[in-house]
Amino acid sequence: MIKVDIKKELYGSNSEMLLHVNLLIKEGEFIVLSGESGSGKSTLLRVLAGLEDANGTISLHDKSWLSQKETLAPQKRNIGFVFQDYALFENMNVLNNLLFISDDKDLALRLLDITGLTQLQNRYPNTLSGGQKQRVSICRAMMRKPQLLLLDEPLSALDPKMRAKLQQEILTLHREFKTTTIMVSHDPSEIFKLATRVLVLNNGKIIQDGEVKEVLLKTNGSQKFSFRGELLELQRVDVIFIATVAIGQQLVEIVLSNEETQGLKIGEMVTLSTKAFNPSLT
Amino acid sequence: MFQRVMEMDFSPFILSFKLATTTVVILFIVSLPLAWYLSQTKSRLKPFIEALTALPIVLPPSVLGFYLLVALSQNSPIGSFFQETFNLSLVFNFTSLVIASSFYSLPFMVQPLQSGFESINKNMIEASYIGGKSKLETIFRVALPNMKPALITAIIVTFAHTVGEFGVVLMLGGSIPGETKVASVAIYEMVETLDYEAAHIYSGLMLVMSFIVLLSVYIFNAKHNRKFGLNR
Repeated sequence: MIKVDIKKELYGSNSEMLLHVNLLIKEGEFIVLSGESGSGKSTLLRVLAGLEDANGTISLHDKSWLSQKETLAPQKRNIGFVFQDYALFENMNVLNNLLFISDDKDLALRLLDITGLTQLQNRYPNTLSGGQKQRVSICRAMMRKPQLLLLDEPLSALDPKMRAKLQQEILTLHREFKTTTIMVSHDPSEIFKLATRVLVLNNGKIIQDGEVKEVLLKTNGSQKFSFRGELLELQRVDVIFIATVAIGQQLVEIVLSNEETQGLKIGEMVTLSTKAFNPSLT
Repeated sequence: MFQRVMEMDFSPFILSFKLATTTVVILFIVSLPLAWYLSQTKSRLKPFIEALTALPIVLPPSVLGFYLLVALSQNSPIGSFFQETFNLSLVFNFTSLVIASSFYSLPFMVQPLQSGFESINKNMIEASYIGGKSKLETIFRVALPNMKPALITAIIVTFAHTVGEFGVVLMLGGSIPGETKVASVAIYEMVETLDYEAAHIYSGLMLVMSFIVLLSVYIFNAKHNRKFGLNR
């Protein structure tokens, strides 16, 4: 059990903001932390890691990591951290990147085996692809057998195919080591595959906390489906209007009556939903 | 000419290299923690410390030499303390040259090391801390090996700059053969005594060696950049 109750003033791009998080994390949970950029996600991870100071308390079981009196150094917290930019030790080969953290060769080889890196153990980071580097970085974070694994948007720089592959490997590692994990991610399919609990952070506060479907499914009541998208265009055709909405990577056209267009503004986020018929998936 | 070269006394050269080596060792030990501190700190004192360490670049060597002479002579508290306690004079001997060079060449060691530390991915340093490694182990096993060009530049340029110094050395050391008469001072005396042949030999040697040293630094850095990308 990890208890977190912290406050920290942030001076971000959107002027001042108070990061205020009160959280109980159960052992073995896989938490995905979501929310707009600048909402304090990365700062929360960095405070948990001890890389930044904050007011309040953090404790793991009965060991205090942060209190009024002292801040435990990152060296003494036994955590793993995966950075978005990999941050591998460029002067060491893959195997030594792992062994530098802990001199446990059996564990290192096992981790490399799980992530399919055995063949690459003597290569240097600058000869690896992004996906390979991030695998090494994840293995390195596991070398201390951490009690808490923190991943700061680890997959956002990778292409979709590589993402899917690494999501599977992260899941395999989580099942094998049962490490309590907090990962920052925005990708709904990623969250669905990995998370046992989702936290949504907005302006420094947790605004949603629950199971994946509870938080991610946007339909409510009798809605059959519901999407959020950006209204791009409203075009008048005789007596009706045609609205063009961007949902994810896709454009959709919707027929609207004159009254229905009232209050809609170009560039705003809109919700597109229907109750009348059954959508079909093909 | 060839015979002249064979007969020449090269002890000023040897003294210059001895002085440069000693200075590099001392400055490396002093500058490493200072450069690390400057690269990591957000303190308001940082500009003051940076300005202080950069002073020897802009000050005339005679100004630095004058202050050092005042501070280290036997009439000063520091000078008399060393004289009485260790029976050690701090002016007009090899020790005084080392002290003078250490001040004079300080920025040439601190600045490349500082920018080297600053160029290192901050996350790499943090990854090492999170991996349980102390600051010292992180500096020696992660930071320094990943900034070899900066490291080589700091050491070589400090060495070359110390070999090349003249004013401060002359003011604090004078020109005692085998003790404080370094190559640059020797050349000055050769010119003064109109021994142009000797001055040519010494100066030519200095020129060629300095060029070769700088060339090797630039070749090393270019190779390193090709291998690791421009920013590393």
